[in-house]
Amino acid sequence: MAKIKIPENKVQELKDLCAQFKNEPGELINVLHGAQGMFGYLPAEVQEIVAEGMNVSLAHVYGVVTFYSFFSMLPKGKHPISICMGTACYVRGAEKVLDEFKRHLDVKVGDTTPDGKFSLSCLRCVGACGLAPVVTIGERVYGRVSPEDVKGILGEY
Amino acid sequence: MNLAKLTIDNKPVVVEKGTTVLEAAKSIGIKIPSLCYMKMDDMNFENKPGGCRVCVVEVEGRRNLAPACKTECTDGMVVNTHTVRVVNARRTVVELILSDHPAECLTCAKSGECELQDLAQNLGIREIHYTGEQSHYKGDQSPAIIREMDKCIMCRRCETACNEVQTVGVLSAVNRGFESVVAPAFEMDLDHSVCTYCGQCVAVCPTGALTERDYTWKVIEALVNPNKTVVVQTAPAVRAALGESFGMEPGSLVTGKMVSALRKLGFDYVFDTDFAADLTIMEEGTELLDRLSRHLSGDKEVKLPILTSCCPGWVKFFEHQFPEMMDVPSTAKSPQQMFGSIAKSYFAKKMNKKREDLVVVSVMPCLAKKYECTREEFSVNGDPDVNVSISTRELAQLIRNANLDFASLPDEDFDQPLGESSGAAVIFGTTGGVIEAAVRTAYELHTGKHLEKVDFKELRGMEGSRKATVDFDGLKLNIGIAHGLGNARKLLEEVKSGKSEFHAIEIMACPGGCIGGGGQPYHHGNVDILKKRQRAIYEEDKGKPIRKSHDNPFIQVLYKEFLGKPMSDLSHELLHTHYFDRKKKAEVE
Repeated sequence: MAKIKIPENKVQELKDLCAQFKNEPGELINVLHGAQGMFGYLPAEVQEIVAEGMNVSLAHVYGVVTFYSFFSMLPKGKHPISICMGTACYVRGAEKVLDEFKRHLDVKVGDTTPDGKFSLSCLRCVGACGLAPVVTIGERVYGRVSPEDVKGILGEY
Repeated sequence: MNLAKLTIDNKPVVVEKGTTVLEAAKSIGIKIPSLCYMKMDDMNFENKPGGCRVCVVEVEGRRNLAPACKTECTDGMVVNTHTVRVVNARRTVVELILSDHPAECLTCAKSGECELQDLAQNLGIREIHYTGEQSHYKGDQSPAIIREMDKCIMCRRCETACNEVQTVGVLSAVNRGFESVVAPAFEMDLDHSVCTYCGQCVAVCPTGALTERDYTWKVIEALVNPNKTVVVQTAPAVRAALGESFGMEPGSLVTGKMVSALRKLGFDYVFDTDFAADLTIMEEGTELLDRLSRHLSGDKEVKLPILTSCCPGWVKFFEHQFPEMMDVPSTAKSPQQMFGSIAKSYFAKKMNKKREDLVVVSVMPCLAKKYECTREEFSVNGDPDVNVSISTRELAQLIRNANLDFASLPDEDFDQPLGESSGAAVIFGTTGGVIEAAVRTAYELHTGKHLEKVDFKELRGMEGSRKATVDFDGLKLNIGIAHGLGNARKLLEEVKSGKSEFHAIEIMACPGGCIGGGGQPYHHGNVDILKKRQRAIYEEDKGKPIRKSHDNPFIQVLYKEFLGKPMSDLSHELLHTHYFDRKKKAEVE
């Protein structure tokens, strides 16, 4: 695992966040939510500070982080791509679209491209079922995406 | 009291409300099969996640089957534990577990002791009707513990042992669904984690997912090497448990047979760690008196209480968790390491051997000892003081390999000079024993008087943490005892906050002390076995002609011929050690 260095002021911010939740072990998930908001993801070093601050073992923190799909230990790419796998999108071929993204970017779901440009994830329903299958990149929404569109969409970035 | 009257398999039973169906059934002799469930009174161990669903029973008036370990008894309840519906459900559950379990029983280290295997046999499962994906996880080979997680059934007993009983906190369930597995943070290897290698996870694992690192082959290699003189030392708790591996009653003392077996296996010298335990008392007892007298004469620098340091699991625990208190424990090495040190200096010289030509093997009830002998400070020019440490279970394996009929072996005596020991050394094997041994010697050294009554009953027992005051001819010595690292942590917190009134504290990492060590024959959750081993230890002490460490004539000779006196320069060099701040080391690599 690559070592990262968290700036001193961020360490303090994280400790303050733990204190804000009274360092209560039961508030771990809330603190992790906050921490992910601060850093965009939850690297090992952040989990260590949280474990110490919340009086729980590091293994426990890691257990929680790996259980909830919301938490990520990998930094998101500059342009996070999400493919909707909700029922409507799925039946209209979202999986084929996903495969095409995987092929073009050469990454697995949950991973980020080595240059940090794109990250790939799936989600369940963005509430735009009429546009199925739906792909979001950052704040932009693409509707009725077919595998053939993928190359062109990526070309926009 | 609030009682519940119910019937289980047509037998009436009255229990306190809140009692589970499983416990109520047990109280009237009905054993409901279970797998993940494990409870050990006195040990603060209770694991009932209700996850495996093996213990399901039928409750009249209830639509679905009820897990007996999680279902509380209510008044008028009618329970059936082996209807066709129940047995079918149980078989289905076990078949589903087996469908994602490696079918390696023939070569598995746990075969014959595996609770899953027993269950499958008891249910008569001859075919698995389900096929599907098999899970594969990263394995891990530390110097002491092997994790083969493909064999894990997610019972979570290891987590309970590690997190709740020991409060070490290395293990957690990680990931989700089919990928979930019990692992250290970031799925790192144990030797990068804060694991103490106490082996309590191994002691409670129902399958072969957690086992000790097996060094029996290394021992065989040494034994067949004509250029090596192979010396063996056996820890006190081994003799009180080894017999169990050969079908003998728990609590059978097999000291003589064990010596006989070791000699037949080909060891050149069969010595006793108990000798080194007597030596430990000489050093640690002297250190205690030294700190105490400095304290009494007003020295503010001196650290009290003194903490025992015989247990390598405990040592690693405070190095990780309380590094700021590293100057509180005694600097005395553990008996295993004292033995290695003396064998490769004093004894080697006596025998006219080079230390490199000597192989020291230890037989320990412990898995942390495997790790301890790999610590760098216990080597001289790359040659470890103790070359190999095997567990009680591994010794049983060696005895079976050699085709020895253990039960019919004659009783034999240890070799000299490193085989003689006092009763004080034997009781090192149980919680309370080390401090009792220290008190026997320190009393006579401090008061100059003869100690008539050597049994200090107030220091004995099985409660997780105990306290007692011993009268040293007017000087009242407050003594604390903790076994199980969770109990140790509580005493440590007291010491840290300056609230502790103790002068000396004995700490053992494993519940029960070494008799409950991670390398002992499996107890399968039966605390009575530990109590019987404890009784056997005190029995051996009682039968010894010498009961105090300083009366051991070979110890007296060792000081006269070689060491000088306790805490001499040579003693310091050979028998004392230092500790490391491991707080930093445990961080992510």
